[in-house]
Amino acid sequence: MTGFDFSNYNRNAALHAKGVPLPKATSTGTTIVGCIYDNGVVIAADTRATSGPIVADKNCEKLHYIAPKIWCAGAGTAADTEFTTALISSNVELHSLSTGRPPRVITCMTMLKQHLFRYQGHIGAYLVVAGVDPTGIGLFTVHAHGSTDKLPYVTMGSGSLAAMSVFESMWKPQLDRDGAVALCAEAIKAGIFNDLGSGSNVDVCVIEKDQPTQLLRNYIKPNERGQKERNYRFPRGTTAYLNQKVISKEDMRKYVTVEEASGDPNLMEVDI
Amino acid sequence: MVGHGMTGMLGEDGIHVDMNHLKKGEVNMAINFKDGVILGADSRTTTGAYIANRVTDKLTQVHDTIWCCRSGSAADTQAVADIVSYHLNMYSITNNEAPSTQVAAALFQELCYENKDMLSAGIIIAGYDPRHGGQVYSIPLGGSLHKQSYSIGGSGSTYIYGYCDANWKENMTEEEGVQFVRSALQEAIKWDGSSGGVIRMVVLTAKGAQRHLYLPDTGYTGPGVTN
Repeated sequence: MTGFDFSNYNRNAALHAKGVPLPKATSTGTTIVGCIYDNGVVIAADTRATSGPIVADKNCEKLHYIAPKIWCAGAGTAADTEFTTALISSNVELHSLSTGRPPRVITCMTMLKQHLFRYQGHIGAYLVVAGVDPTGIGLFTVHAHGSTDKLPYVTMGSGSLAAMSVFESMWKPQLDRDGAVALCAEAIKAGIFNDLGSGSNVDVCVIEKDQPTQLLRNYIKPNERGQKERNYRFPRGTTAYLNQKVISKEDMRKYVTVEEASGDPNLMEVDI
Repeated sequence: MVGHGMTGMLGEDGIHVDMNHLKKGEVNMAINFKDGVILGADSRTTTGAYIANRVTDKLTQVHDTIWCCRSGSAADTQAVADIVSYHLNMYSITNNEAPSTQVAAALFQELCYENKDMLSAGIIIAGYDPRHGGQVYSIPLGGSLHKQSYSIGGSGSTYIYGYCDANWKENMTEEEGVQFVRSALQEAIKWDGSSGGVIRMVVLTAKGAQRHLYLPDTGYTGPGVTN
């Protein structure tokens, strides 16, 4: 029986009732997009993962593998997007082996929506599913509650409004590969620069008919750390002092036990 | 997390499940006419104040000439329609005969009534079968089933009860029927903020299903038939 175990949720609720604060989940306050073009489909994502106001990871991967020609971009709770895509990837491969046919995007989308609907939105996975199969090109969004949409261009996550504004002003029906990649990258950049939850780099995945899938990791790096113009290391002796007092190790033994840490592997490691 | 539609957020006060899932604050309707039935709907799907999809297809096929208009939660109505679609498919294979509209409506009712506590789904079922001709059924929130000559649903429908009642005629022609649905939906879209986008229609007759599309750019006058 596949599925999720919610016993930790009950434990957390019980602890919370006694006044213990609940753990913080890492969420991918995200911009993810997808766009079809004449010969395939492109999906793209930013690379920032956040935990509350903290940037938990500056270069995480939000483009997930489902099958060689079906990929998924994930927003929402990081752990949920990773585990649901991994689970469906596994089931899609078993299904493909059992039928002896290449997997279809619609199959994958149906499995995702049925899984997410069963958990009534408690699995916080917001996904863009894209791929190419014998029936053609597929691009869908799947929301955590289990609803799906089929559109020529899609955006999701906290940066979806910024990204959608790019699509709504620049998208056109006849796009080639380079045009679609450029448009998706531009939409992600709008998310990176205008949405607090999104940032760092642009990841792109191009899935094309009769062509191996290309994962363009860090396709654009618009936030590289530059060389510092100055440094604030002061030369020794900069700070003036009036007097000095040296306490030797021997003096300290009066107050605390001092043990030598060098050489003995049984002693606890000390971080400097 | 900043933004909309996110679930399982951990706020100061513990786990907060965002019930702001995809709603179809909308308008949809189905009517009987001389040769069959017509279904119509707007195309707006919203998450709070954001339009998640402006060209949604809320008219869903569950068999060759049995379709439904979905309103309420997008996730719930899609799940219900998928299950009914599966059962009707199995029915037509085992009985070597297409199901009647009543059978489809009864299936919808079973799911909507038995799971009424968990669902927010208002569904209108319309279909054509050679024995009974065109039929319209509606299933509102509690899971009751009503056979009607025409039915309106969704948030925008409250604005057009008077309009529909004043303009409704039995045994309209196809042209009159399309015009009735189009103008009623146009009125609902005008007054209801959570309805909008394009108007989609499906005409079900002995000849099968025919789709219509009406765009706001031209004041919902065309292009009309799309297949």
